[in-house]
Amino acid sequence: MNRFFRSINIRELLRPLGQLTLFSLASAAALSIIVLVLALILDQTIIGQTLTEKLNVSLYTYTLINLPQVVLDGLTIGFVYAAIALGYTMVYGVLEFINFAHSEIFAVGAFVGVEILIALDQSGILKSASLGMAYVFLIFAILAGMAAAGALAVTVERVAYRPLRGAPRLVPLISAIGVSFLLQDVIRLVEGLTTGDFNRIFPTFGNFDKRITFGQLVLGSTNLNFGVSIKSLIVIISAVLMLVGLNYLVNATRIGKAIRAVAQDRPTASLMGINVNRIISITFLVGGLLGGAAGVLYALKFTRIDAFVGFMPGLKAFAAAVLGGIGNLTGALLGGIVLGMLETFAGSYLGAFTMGAAGSEYKDIFAFCILIFVLIFRPQGLMGENVGQKA
Amino acid sequence: MFKNLSTVFSLFVAASMTLATCGMASAADAKAIKIATQSPLSGDQSVVGVDIKRGAELALEQLGKPLADMGFKVDLAPFDDQANPDTGVANAKRIVSDPAILAVVGHYNSGVQIPSSEVYHTSGLANVSPANTNPKVTTRGYMEVNRIVGRDDVQGVVGADFAIGLGLKSVFVIHDKTAYGQGIAEFFKKRAEEKGLKVLGFEGTEEKANFDSLLSPILAGNPNLVYFGGMYSQAAVLFKQARERGFTGTFLSDDGFDSSDATKIAGQTLVDGGGSYYSTVSGPASVYAGTAKFIADFKAKFNSDPQPFAAQGYDSMAISLKAIENAAKANGNATPSREAVAKAIRELKDFVGITGTFTFNNIGDPTVGKYFVIKVNSADPAKWSENAVVETLDIAPPQQ
Repeated sequence: MNRFFRSINIRELLRPLGQLTLFSLASAAALSIIVLVLALILDQTIIGQTLTEKLNVSLYTYTLINLPQVVLDGLTIGFVYAAIALGYTMVYGVLEFINFAHSEIFAVGAFVGVEILIALDQSGILKSASLGMAYVFLIFAILAGMAAAGALAVTVERVAYRPLRGAPRLVPLISAIGVSFLLQDVIRLVEGLTTGDFNRIFPTFGNFDKRITFGQLVLGSTNLNFGVSIKSLIVIISAVLMLVGLNYLVNATRIGKAIRAVAQDRPTASLMGINVNRIISITFLVGGLLGGAAGVLYALKFTRIDAFVGFMPGLKAFAAAVLGGIGNLTGALLGGIVLGMLETFAGSYLGAFTMGAAGSEYKDIFAFCILIFVLIFRPQGLMGENVGQKA
Repeated sequence: MFKNLSTVFSLFVAASMTLATCGMASAADAKAIKIATQSPLSGDQSVVGVDIKRGAELALEQLGKPLADMGFKVDLAPFDDQANPDTGVANAKRIVSDPAILAVVGHYNSGVQIPSSEVYHTSGLANVSPANTNPKVTTRGYMEVNRIVGRDDVQGVVGADFAIGLGLKSVFVIHDKTAYGQGIAEFFKKRAEEKGLKVLGFEGTEEKANFDSLLSPILAGNPNLVYFGGMYSQAAVLFKQARERGFTGTFLSDDGFDSSDATKIAGQTLVDGGGSYYSTVSGPASVYAGTAKFIADFKAKFNSDPQPFAAQGYDSMAISLKAIENAAKANGNATPSREAVAKAIRELKDFVGITGTFTFNNIGDPTVGKYFVIKVNSADPAKWSENAVVETLDIAPPQQ
């Protein structure tokens, strides 16, 4: 037992935790300073006056009071993006191509998890479940979603990518886009034939919808409840666990060493006795497991899923991976958190800063503009250069 | 491998071409008439779209006899517009190129009906709309386009007046950026501002899942009411998340909210706090005097309760059939022209349908539109049809 503990590399467990905390705090601080400075500048202008007229608070107070909630919301979605982005980045690190079908692998994970819960709900088990059992069912659904998505990812690699491995780089990319469309319509077909429903709804059970209130903040004539719903906490905690686990797998185990070796130089790794095909399958498996779990968590947080649910989160997670430096695990974490934060900040404050002319509907512009700027001035991504090796 | 693939592909092409020619051939039969339906038969709005088609199907089955006696063979040609303007227009082009089609019952979404009816207009093909409420549907003044429901400029006003009647003081208005949702939200906002209901914000969103960042400005203003112009699939998710964030006020939406899936998504959160209401041009089938038999027949045939607008689908088909019959009689029992059918629809006086008595004015609006405000009573999706009608209004369309 003692030897087992000694064999655990504590440093590799703590390092990602430190990174996550650092990235979260840094991006929250940077964005908070930006919006607060903006608020101070705009406070005395017509923009501030309009807000004061409407809500009876100054723009600066409005910004400050809303900040904690905005940061928390940004973190939640940021961790989801990070978990999906890792799937893109792992595959890119090993094969140097972008697995556009990853967004559908995410969707399949979400569907499997939700369908299991709906089946349990219809048989009445969920309603009578105690709180502890509710968590057991949720974990079971997440594991099932992971298993299905992982198996699918490995299958897709075997069927659609491996035969094309020697082909020019555009070929597997097009194959990936094809698989993506195919999977979307297969989900739609299966759902259409079996349930006839387009929307699938995450059943209400357990205490996930409850909200823990930390306190009330006074904003003009209203009180804002600052708090976090239990499901957001579940999303954050599960995402952190997965990210730490993945980091450990890649950086502190034999399999991880093999993955890194294959990423650095495939032929040489093969000469050293590494079964390259097996390692690539494992890479897809791990990416799929993360994507599937993220899918179920996404459904838990946002309730409604459909066959196209993977598209937007997939696109944003891809942007996050590129932002952080594709092929770099730490970069994917950073990219996901930054993108989630940025999007939530933009969505929450854009309305107040533009007198309602441009509301939260334009939040995605900011996320993708930053992506363009990063690509212009740092084409390798934020973390692209710091680490010599991929994956 | 590639050789096989290309064989399969060419087989596909050959098969689809055969199908296409078959379609052309059947149109040649002189006494064969088709009435098309266009509604979303797939996708997230198919719950309602399929029942519009089913309503029309039932009407054709029950009311097709007079035409059959005159020697016509009337068929239904259902098209799936996928709630998508591009698909609707593409279908419309196929519809107008089939000479056997004499009328279109159609469209659930105004955003789809408006561009599609431009195509119908080019060939004078009559269109009876069971559900489209955007004013522009009729205000273009096309001879062919009619609807049997009310209008958004009235529906938005009904919603705003109702909110003021509840004693609410402030509102945050959100819409889905479609012709329908944004249109109705703008009419709501205009009326609300005129009547002293404070509008704290007006925003459009295409977001379907993560409303966190939209909710921050909403909750900061602490409005009494959140109004959503658009469809239930967005509205219900937004309402649920707002309630979870601590919003205790009232929700109000439009007839796009009228689907039992809304409570499937949002459940108890709709009933909590200030409750949820929606205005609609189509009451639950049970509020109309003539629909008892329709509900029974619908259940017997399709084994499910009719969704909103199924009865309107039935009536739209009934009007089309009657107009074709009148036009055919005027034409000596021969197949009438499309223009004659369009004209015959406008000439119908006090046509008794199951959802009302219809006479169309000079732009195709019914001379009296019915509007309802309905309260969500139960978190159980199975009890959606038991939602209470809290207000019923008969309002004539606004004069141009």
